[in-house]
Parts: sequence; structure tokens; C-alpha cells
Amino acid sequence: MLSAARKLRENGVLGLNERNADFIMRLNPRRFYPRVDDKALTKELALKAGMAVPDLYGIIEHQGQVREFADMVGELKSFVIKPARGSGGDGILVVTGRSERRRDSFRLSSGMLISKGELEHHISNIVGGQYSLSGNRDKALIEYCVHFDPTFAEVSYQGVPDIRVVVYRGYPAMAMVRLPTRASDGKANLHQGAVGAGVDMGTGITLQGVLDDEIVDEHPDTGVLVAGLQIPQWAFILETSAKGLEVTGLGYLGVDMVIDRDRGPLILEMNARPGLNIQIANGTGLTDRIARIDEIYDASALPEERAAISRREFKLER
Amino acid sequence: MKQRYVYVLATLLAVIGLSVFLYKWEVLGFPVSADQEKPVWTIESAVHFDSGPGSIKVQLHVPTLTPGFRMLNENSVSRGYGFSLNYGSGGREAQWAIRRADGRQTIYYRISVYEDDSVDVLDTTPPFPPLPVINEPLKTAADVLVSYVRDHSADTASFTTELLSRLNDPSPDPNVELLLSGVNSDAGFVDVARTMLAAARIPARTVRGFPLAGRQRNAPLVSWLEVHDGDQWLYFNPATGEQNLPERFLVWWRGNEPLVNVEGGSKVQVNFAVQENHLDAVAIAETQAAQRGTSAIDFSLYSLPIGTQAVYAVLLMIPIGALIMVIMRNMVGIDAFGTFMPVLIALAFRETKLFWGVILFTLLVTLGLTIRFMLDRLRLLLVPRLSAVLIVVVILMLFISLVSHRMGMETGLSVALFPMVIIAMTIERMSVVWEERGAADAMRAGLGSLFVAIAAYIFMGLAWLEHLIFTFPELLLVILALVILAGRYTGYRLTELRRFKELSAR
Repeated sequence: MLSAARKLRENGVLGLNERNADFIMRLNPRRFYPRVDDKALTKELALKAGMAVPDLYGIIEHQGQVREFADMVGELKSFVIKPARGSGGDGILVVTGRSERRRDSFRLSSGMLISKGELEHHISNIVGGQYSLSGNRDKALIEYCVHFDPTFAEVSYQGVPDIRVVVYRGYPAMAMVRLPTRASDGKANLHQGAVGAGVDMGTGITLQGVLDDEIVDEHPDTGVLVAGLQIPQWAFILETSAKGLEVTGLGYLGVDMVIDRDRGPLILEMNARPGLNIQIANGTGLTDRIARIDEIYDASALPEERAAISRREFKLER
Repeated sequence: MKQRYVYVLATLLAVIGLSVFLYKWEVLGFPVSADQEKPVWTIESAVHFDSGPGSIKVQLHVPTLTPGFRMLNENSVSRGYGFSLNYGSGGREAQWAIRRADGRQTIYYRISVYEDDSVDVLDTTPPFPPLPVINEPLKTAADVLVSYVRDHSADTASFTTELLSRLNDPSPDPNVELLLSGVNSDAGFVDVARTMLAAARIPARTVRGFPLAGRQRNAPLVSWLEVHDGDQWLYFNPATGEQNLPERFLVWWRGNEPLVNVEGGSKVQVNFAVQENHLDAVAIAETQAAQRGTSAIDFSLYSLPIGTQAVYAVLLMIPIGALIMVIMRNMVGIDAFGTFMPVLIALAFRETKLFWGVILFTLLVTLGLTIRFMLDRLRLLLVPRLSAVLIVVVILMLFISLVSHRMGMETGLSVALFPMVIIAMTIERMSVVWEERGAADAMRAGLGSLFVAIAAYIFMGLAWLEHLIFTFPELLLVILALVILAGRYTGYRLTELRRFKELSAR
């Protein structure tokens, strides 16, 4: 047991306790949390900073507004309903279409049909706070449903694959692609059963995958190799992530982005407590990279410069 | 920088806690383990009598001076009777009175004593007894016996021994035979001896009591002879003349008066039952300290009322549970619902005991979850739904209690001790996790909670730990120091070793 711990330490693996005590508590002031915990606010701040985000169709803030839901979506065929203060992708519903035959019936990304009443119930659950971090009242966001880029079409089972970049003091430190599976119900969250694939910071090419803490080479549903895919607009993605520091003020940050077929990389959300599985997906620990960033840290560097430095510093040797 | 403050603070807390602990332990002599028990005897005297038509007054002699024993407490159980303790000529007397009573009455007086060799008989020196008035022909016999014994003895002690050996002679001389004629009890025999001693102007008393040994349902009173030699009281075995007291002899009362006197009642009967308990040395030390008037216990939990003490005995174990929680969460890395939910469940387990606790908890959560899933179909808003779950939990508790009572299993009744709000929140959280992340995650966190609760229960139930914390509450500072240190533990969690096994392989 001790030797296992020593090996992890040697490999620079960051543990939950260390992440919480040394990084989150030190670098993420509590008062900035609403900026990432409230997705409506994140969206607003990101827009102000000139970052691309999915369009917002409407916000439902209290139970009385739930009825306005139908007006908000109008004739839209696809949209996403998500809690503003949700965590871990809980409570997100992706509507990809409508039933041809039954009016007021929506099709979820899983293919399941769901009635307008059920959607409204879900929204009122969100507003009631069922999915919020603290159990307090919440807002429901209704926004543009990303039509994801075909790059990951063969390594995703429904849902939207996204890219998670861990940004340390404004420098992108590590990244992974999160690929939905049948088990994750189309959600791109590793603890719900999505596959995570590490990314070479230098090139934006995917590495091995991780599923439930185990290394996998292929997507469990499609059987296609996860490694070796080139993420489009990689430099732009890293630059956008690096801006996360300026937008949120958080020194230890996870930035989640999706690549839209038409609109390119969009910021989905940001996270003040990014998970640690990214280390397994990349086959390497975060501690060494964090130490390196501390060495080269330059408070005056612009986000674009920081992203470039990260690409150079953390490029994999082949 | 902050790290150093943490260490300084933790060290400070630990040093304060430990030094107070050491002081109380080494200097004040508080016992560190509950095993340091002393036998405590509880003697219950039951006075039975048939009540007469009028008012009733019962007087019972109760222990006053008890060489070798110290009184822990005493009480009386007598429904409807007024109770008081008075000093009479033979020592303390318990007195009960009632205006009227019907039928056979039983009054209890209970006293708890423990051995304490330091208890001396600080008795008064009695005056020389007046010469007894003895009628002929006994007077001559007495005079002959006394003068014979006086000739064959040197002092009070040897006089008494010689007298008793004469009286106990299996082939007595005619004088002794005459004196003892009509004596048919121990007490009568001792009376004769006392009269002879009085004739020699030696103060003597009859002592009544019993040797304490184990559990006795009906302890017979033993009469003993007490003689004053001018300096102190000496005890003599009336049957042998040996100067001693039986081992663990509790003196109940002295003198010639009858044990009990019931006015307005008849068919009086007194029973003594003896029970041996073991009480930890603390309680005794506290009583001792209190009786000696030292201030060492002024800030001790033992100075609180018993009911409050019982509450604190439990409350003081909560920090232990919290420490277990910290270890399980941050060092082992077990998933559990709610921060302190397992600790509260562990508290409930204290009452239900582990086996039934686990069964009742599982039953409650399972049933609650089932009904919660049914409620889900109704699409209730959050707060009404939570309230509904809470009400269902209360109903389920009631149901389980009633069913188990019907089936004759009283353990089921203790389900009411589970913190229902916490259970309701657990059910709600579990059902949300179930829906969102699947049954496996919900089960894992549920079982994790149960596991932590069991671990907390085991540690919170350690008798020696409970004793230690209760006797030395300053140790809570040490626990606080440990928790603070754990708060800065940045090493891996045990479960992370497994989680990151792919990364430690290379």
C-alpha cells in the first residue's frame, strides 16, 4: 500500500485531498464560485470576454415561468435544458427533435420520447433545486443544442462529446476529450460512464482512453479506436481556456468546450473543482506540470501567450 | 505559511488537552480505564407489614457508622409515605409515615456502600455503664462469673475473650448454665455477655449487621459484640471470643432496640437482600472527593445531574464519530451521503444495537426509496416531495414498531430512535443519485454510509473510550487537533490507490 502511494507520488499524481487543500482552497477564492457555479452568469461573463458560447433561448427562474417554456422553445427542433447550478452534468436534458406524429412530444438524445408535461416537470424540478449544489432554488437554462463536429462521431454514442482543459493559474495544464457512451446516457461525464481520452497538449491529438478508471483503447459502444484523432482548432481551444482565468478569477479551473459543426469551439461551462481522472486519461500526473507552470509563471503574460507556452512545454515527446 | 499555523495550533491544542489529562490522571488520580472498578454493595431492606386501620409510622434502623465501608448513596422506595432520616439513640433511623394504607405494605430502604479501609469509627467514648440490676439467684451467678473472669484476665480485651469462652464452654459450669437458661438466640446470648460486661463496668454494645458476599436474597442478621476498652471500640465474635470482625461486615445498627418499629401495623417482617455491583472508580472517587470537600470535581462532568450526564456521555462520543468520519472520507475515501449522516445513524445504533440497527436502517431506507419512486410519478415539487418523504418515513417507523411489537420483537420499537429527517434526506439524495447516476452509484454511496456508520458505531461504543472522554473531556482538544491536522492531509486517499492504479503501474 505504501509502495503504491510512493509510486503515485513519483509519477506526480495529484490526489483529491491535495487538490482540495493546496489548489482549490488556495487559488479559488470562494467569492468567485458563483461565476462558475451559476451557468447563466458564466455565459454572461464569457460573452463579455468575447468567447463563443451556445445561444441562450431563455431562462426559467421560478415555478410560475415554467408555463412559458413552450413559448421559449417555439418551433425549435433541438435545444438543451440544464440547471444553472447543476453539478456533474446532472439534470441536463438534450432534446434533439420532435415527434412527427404526436404534437408536444419531444425526442431526447437517447431516442426516448418525452411529453411536454414531463419536460415541464423536469424544469420545475430544476427550479425547485433538485440538481443544484446546495439544494437551493435554481434557474433552468434553455439553450442551443450543439451539433457536434464529425471528428468524434465514431467515438461517441449519442450526446455531445466535449473537451475538458484544466487550467492552472491561466496556463492550460492538461486536457482530455470526454466521449459519451450508452452507459452515460449521452452525457459527457466520466463518473456517469463516459470515456475520457487524453490529449497531447502540443498537437491536439487524442491519446488513450479511460473508462471507469480503467485504460481502454476503443470506444465501448462503437468499437472505434479512441487514440489518434486530431481535435480541430486546437490552438484556439487552448487560448480560449487560458482566458478562463481572466473571466473567472479562479487559479485552478476546468474549462469545458464543445466543437460545433457550424460555429466552432463553444464554451459550455467552467468548473472550480475539475476532477482528477484526466490524469488517468493522459497517463500522467498533474503535479509535475503544475510545478513547471509555477516555474515559468508570468503574471503579465496574455492568454494567447500562456496557451502557446503550454503547447510548447507540455508537448509529448515521440 | 498556513501549514505552520495549522501545526502550531494543532500542537497547542494537543499539548493543552494532554497536560490537563495528565494532571487529572497522575495528580488527581482519576482512573484512565473503566476497568478500575470497585465492588459496590447495594443492600435493600424490605419492611413488610399488614396495615392497621389508622395512621402508620414505621421506624427502621439504618447504618450510621460503618467501619470499613463508605456510603455511596441511599434511598427509600415507599409509595405515598412521607420519608425522613433522623438520629435516634441507636444511630440513624429511617422514618416513614402515612395517614392510612390498605392491605399488606412493603417499604424499601436501599443503601449502597463500597469498601474503604480509611473509614474509622469516630465513635464517642461511652460513659461507664451503670451496674445492671440483676435479681437473685442470677446475681450470685453473675458475680461469681465476673470475678472468675477478672482473675483470669489482664485488660478489657482479655476479659471479654475469657468471658465469651466461659459462656461458650461446651460443658458449662452451673453458673453459666443458669445465666444462659432461656437464651435461644444469638442476640440473647450477646445480651447476656453485655450484662456480664456491664457488671464489670465495661461499656459494651450489641452490633447487628451482615458479612457482604455476592448476591443474597435473604441475608440473615448477625449479632456481634462491641466492647470499649477506654480508647476505642473492639469487636468480638460472641461465638468464639475471638477479637475480630467478619470480613466485609457491614454494621447495620447498634444497641438493643429492635430493628424496626411499626406503629399501626402488624405481622412485621424485615428482609435484607444484598447485591454486589461493580461501579467504576470514578464515581467513587467523585463521591469521595465531594465528601472530603475538594474542588477537583467542580468542573467535572460527574458533578452534573445524572440525567444530564447520560446526555453528555453520548454527546461526547460525537466528536469521535466525526473523527472516524474524517478518516473514512479523507483518508480512506469512502463515499457516503451527507456529512454527518453516518454519525447520527451510529448514534441511533447505540440504542438499537448493531444487528437490529442495520436491519431497521436498511428496511427503512428500502421501503422509503420504494415509496419515493412511487411519489416520483406524481411529479411533486421539491419541498412538498421532501415533506412527503419525511411523513412517509414517520409512518414507516410507526408501522415497523407496530408490526414488530405484534410479532413480539421489542427491538423493532427502537426504530423510533432513528433521526427521521436525516433518513428522509438520505432517501431523497439516494433516489436522486439512483436516477442520475444509476443504481450502482446509489448503492455504493448507501453502503458506504452504512459502513461508515458501523465503523463510527464501533468506535463510539468502545466503553473504555467513552469512559476516557467522559472522565477527561479535555481529550476533545486532542481530537480537535487530530481533525485539524487531517484537514491539512494532502496525501492520497486509500481508494485513490486503486483508482489511479493505471498510473502507479508504470
